[in-house]
Amino acid sequence: MKRGIASTVFFLLLLASWEMASQSGLYNPVMLPSPFSVWRYIRESLCDGTLEMATLVTMKRLLIGYAIGLVFGIPLGLLTARFKMFQDTVGLLALGMQTLPSVCWVPLSLLWFGQTEAAMLFVVVMGTLWSVIIATSDGVRTMPPIYIRAARTMGSEGLHTWIKVILPASLPYLVGGMKQGWAFAWRSLMAAEIFVTILTGFGLGQLLHYGRELHAMDQVVAVMIVIIFIGLLADRLFFSPWERFLQRRWGTGVLK
Amino acid sequence: MSLAHELINTTAERIDAVEISKTFTTKRRTVLALDRVNLKVAEGEFVCLVGPSGCGKSTLLNIIAGLEQPDSGQVLANGEPVSEPGRDRMVMFQEHALFPWLDVMGNVLFGLNLKPGLKDKEREEVAKYYLHLVGLEKLHHANVHELSGGMKQRVALARALAPNPRVLLMDEPFASLDALTREQLYGDIQRIWEARRKTIIFVTHNVREAACLGDRVVLFSRNPGRIRAEFAVNLPRARDINSVQLAHYSTEIMAALKGFTAEEGKEVSE
Repeated sequence: MKRGIASTVFFLLLLASWEMASQSGLYNPVMLPSPFSVWRYIRESLCDGTLEMATLVTMKRLLIGYAIGLVFGIPLGLLTARFKMFQDTVGLLALGMQTLPSVCWVPLSLLWFGQTEAAMLFVVVMGTLWSVIIATSDGVRTMPPIYIRAARTMGSEGLHTWIKVILPASLPYLVGGMKQGWAFAWRSLMAAEIFVTILTGFGLGQLLHYGRELHAMDQVVAVMIVIIFIGLLADRLFFSPWERFLQRRWGTGVLK
Repeated sequence: MSLAHELINTTAERIDAVEISKTFTTKRRTVLALDRVNLKVAEGEFVCLVGPSGCGKSTLLNIIAGLEQPDSGQVLANGEPVSEPGRDRMVMFQEHALFPWLDVMGNVLFGLNLKPGLKDKEREEVAKYYLHLVGLEKLHHANVHELSGGMKQRVALARALAPNPRVLLMDEPFASLDALTREQLYGDIQRIWEARRKTIIFVTHNVREAACLGDRVVLFSRNPGRIRAEFAVNLPRARDINSVQLAHYSTEIMAALKGFTAEEGKEVSE
């Protein structure tokens, strides 16, 4: 309760100083839109559907790309942990690729896939895949081997051991990797959307980009706020439940 | 298979380890961990393996469990050669090895879920029975990290007992516990052994613990790992670790153990 009050007061103060700064007349309204004009933009674009459409397009790209990244990343991570051959090939590749901001893929992606959804998906997948591979493989390799020995004595083997022992045992790393993969995907998608126009859909990044072209900084700031809001929401919906589970069961948080 | 049938005592198993040898090679040297070791354990017997660290007693236990393979020799369980882990031989490790992603109940159910022929409801009843047996009936849904060291080992014991094995292999299960908790567990393990009549092979480096628990104490020496002596402990159950009669046995065993260790030192200096 006390903490709730502190946050509320803090954000109200932040809003108030923003409003005062824009009221003071020291700054050009184009340079610093007032909170009210931003709010007006959000309300109007919600009413005419622009914001919802853009959010939908962006979320679709993000979720599909992220899901592809997980579907390939987790098995590849398991293989990397299990087989030396994969570790020396895929593992090494993942380590290198993870250092490359995935927005760097945009030029090639456009060349390969054209101005299509596939180009956007590719950039998101490149953001997710590598950190998920690395986290999965780290999680498996740092797992105490005694878990597998104990499971074997109870009759667990093969696929059962992978699904019921190795995967859950790596969960603290896995959730950390999934969270990082999500953050990378989200950032790279925004960069890609701002960077290029995709003919098949008009996402949040593009909305922000056109706000800049039109010198409509209220639009730019509004989209920024929506992006922050979605990021927070995703954290609450996808990752908080996992983190709470880890906290409860392991007594620790997510390992990174 | 019905629940009642599941809970009746299985007949304990006879274990014969025949001419077991095992070497370990590290970068620096080769260690003969077990040198043609023979060990016979009768049905329902409680045998303690004692010796200095590195004498191969844990290795022998792992070979009996089927977790490791000997270089030569073989282990027979009721006459059948052992080549891999089996549900008839459950293991309790020094580290509790409980799965942190499962609660207490989930851990005890892990082995039971792999046992065919039971309904889910029955599995749960069996798990509850064993949690009650180890005195944790109120902690079904506790998380592993919330338990004390002694409680964790109790859950590990319940987990090992739950699939109703015929042999229980225990590798220094109480070594990391405090003295008071250990004493309670000495009482518990004897009570459970009497109730469930299993063959127990118990590895420890604590001579007094071995004398307290074992029908028979088998003494190992190291470099190479060999069985050097055996002591039958003829004391009534349940034994108290602090009793005077027990001290008599443990002094005798300790003297023998010190004799081997001194001998070993001489060999090294020569």
